[in-house]
Amino acid sequence: MLNETTAAPKTNAWNHRHLLDVDDFTPEEFEIVFSTADAMSEILSRPIKKVPALRGQTVVNLFYENSTRTRASFEIAAKNLSADVLNVTSTASSITKGESLIDTLKTLEALGANIIVMRHNFSGAPYLAAKHSKASIINAGDGWHAHPTQALLDLYTIRKHKGSLAGLKATIVGDVRHSRVAHSNIWGMTKLGMEVTLCGPPTLLPYGLDNPGANFPKVRVENQVEKAVANADVVMALRLQRERQQSGLLPSVREYVERYQITSERLKKAAKDVLVMHPGPVNEDIELATESAYGEKSVINEQVSNGVAIRMAILYLLSGRQGEL
Amino acid sequence: MPNKTVMTAEDMRRTLSRIAHEIVERTRDIRSVVLVGMQTRGVPLANRLASLITEYEKIEAPVGALDFSLYRDDLGRRNFNPQVKSTDIPVGIEGKVVILVDDVLFTGRSTRAAMDALIEYGRPKIIQLAVLIDRGHRELPIRADYVGKNIPSAANEDIKVKLAETDGADEVLISSGE
Repeated sequence: MLNETTAAPKTNAWNHRHLLDVDDFTPEEFEIVFSTADAMSEILSRPIKKVPALRGQTVVNLFYENSTRTRASFEIAAKNLSADVLNVTSTASSITKGESLIDTLKTLEALGANIIVMRHNFSGAPYLAAKHSKASIINAGDGWHAHPTQALLDLYTIRKHKGSLAGLKATIVGDVRHSRVAHSNIWGMTKLGMEVTLCGPPTLLPYGLDNPGANFPKVRVENQVEKAVANADVVMALRLQRERQQSGLLPSVREYVERYQITSERLKKAAKDVLVMHPGPVNEDIELATESAYGEKSVINEQVSNGVAIRMAILYLLSGRQGEL
Repeated sequence: MPNKTVMTAEDMRRTLSRIAHEIVERTRDIRSVVLVGMQTRGVPLANRLASLITEYEKIEAPVGALDFSLYRDDLGRRNFNPQVKSTDIPVGIEGKVVILVDDVLFTGRSTRAAMDALIEYGRPKIIQLAVLIDRGHRELPIRADYVGKNIPSAANEDIKVKLAETDGADEVLISSGE
């Protein structure tokens, strides 16, 4: 029994009212999210995937940037928990009339939003929102900065396959500089004891990471993809964000494919039970050769399914903190 | 007020033995019984009752674990960490005699949530409730079918059930809440 024998547990294991990034998570907090997601996975295996946990609460998906999988995943997660869901996109709202972010948040709060899932093209926008909002803010991707639920679902997928994360070697290949997914993953992976190797064209890697700093002692940069994937337990390819390559950071897609594509040949150098991951959507035959994207080592579709469980877990955990609002 | 022991390990053993006998006596078709422990301490209690039933009747009563956190009605109203534990009911419960097992029956809200959670898995023939301690203060019209010990308590008192499986020792303590 959870709470009736004694007063409510006084542990401070979960203290977040917002989810902005995973950089301030403790290993214990990661574990709370993962074990809650385990329970949510059990719900997803039922014929009727619905529980009443968030009944009466309103979750707003406020998307200033296009998205299919993240928005759909949050919507399904919220509906599975019986929340009311409202989708607001920037193109079909007063945002096009010049309404500010804070005004939009105030309006959504006045309409009864309890949790606002926010994607924004400006890095840091959810932090501003969290400062001004009574609702819980979930960062569903901000600019080049962070994408915490994607990182959590990636880590959860690795944990499901490998049991534990500590000591595993992950290689992230591609446009790390523009990838909010990679940034959150680097935080999460290193905090949980994984070693991270980054590989990609030097123009697409964050500044300063090749100069081993105290902040990221477990991150190294390797320019040759064959060396980068050697003995890796996880190989994560990133989407080549062609919409963010306007300034000539890449000589040509053909050259990128030649030098950095994850092929089955290159994967032979990785650990035997390597997991091939990608945050999607995949530019097929660019970041990943078709046989790697859909091969037996690929867990890309599993990442999508696990995303629903992770997002259910986050929505549930944040709801538990609303008594403090 | 310091903790006062209201049930020792020996008391607990005898009490569980009596409840197991009562279950056997009241259930005509003992083979249709499924014991479902309410997370957390209901689960080891359900396991103990199942072993006792096996000892008395020479049948294996299936035991499941049920987490009902997602069915509670107070999420966000209380400042507690919303921990969800696992649910694992190894057999179908359709048409079965399901005995929910918990350590303490208090307001009845957990039992209400557990019944809602349970019914998602099928329609049992009957749901019964077995508790080690009934401390009163019900907020819903719920009663237990099998009670180990009634402990009339003040609302600000804490009843703490300790079990060897989860807490390293068997005993029930009462203390005044702060």
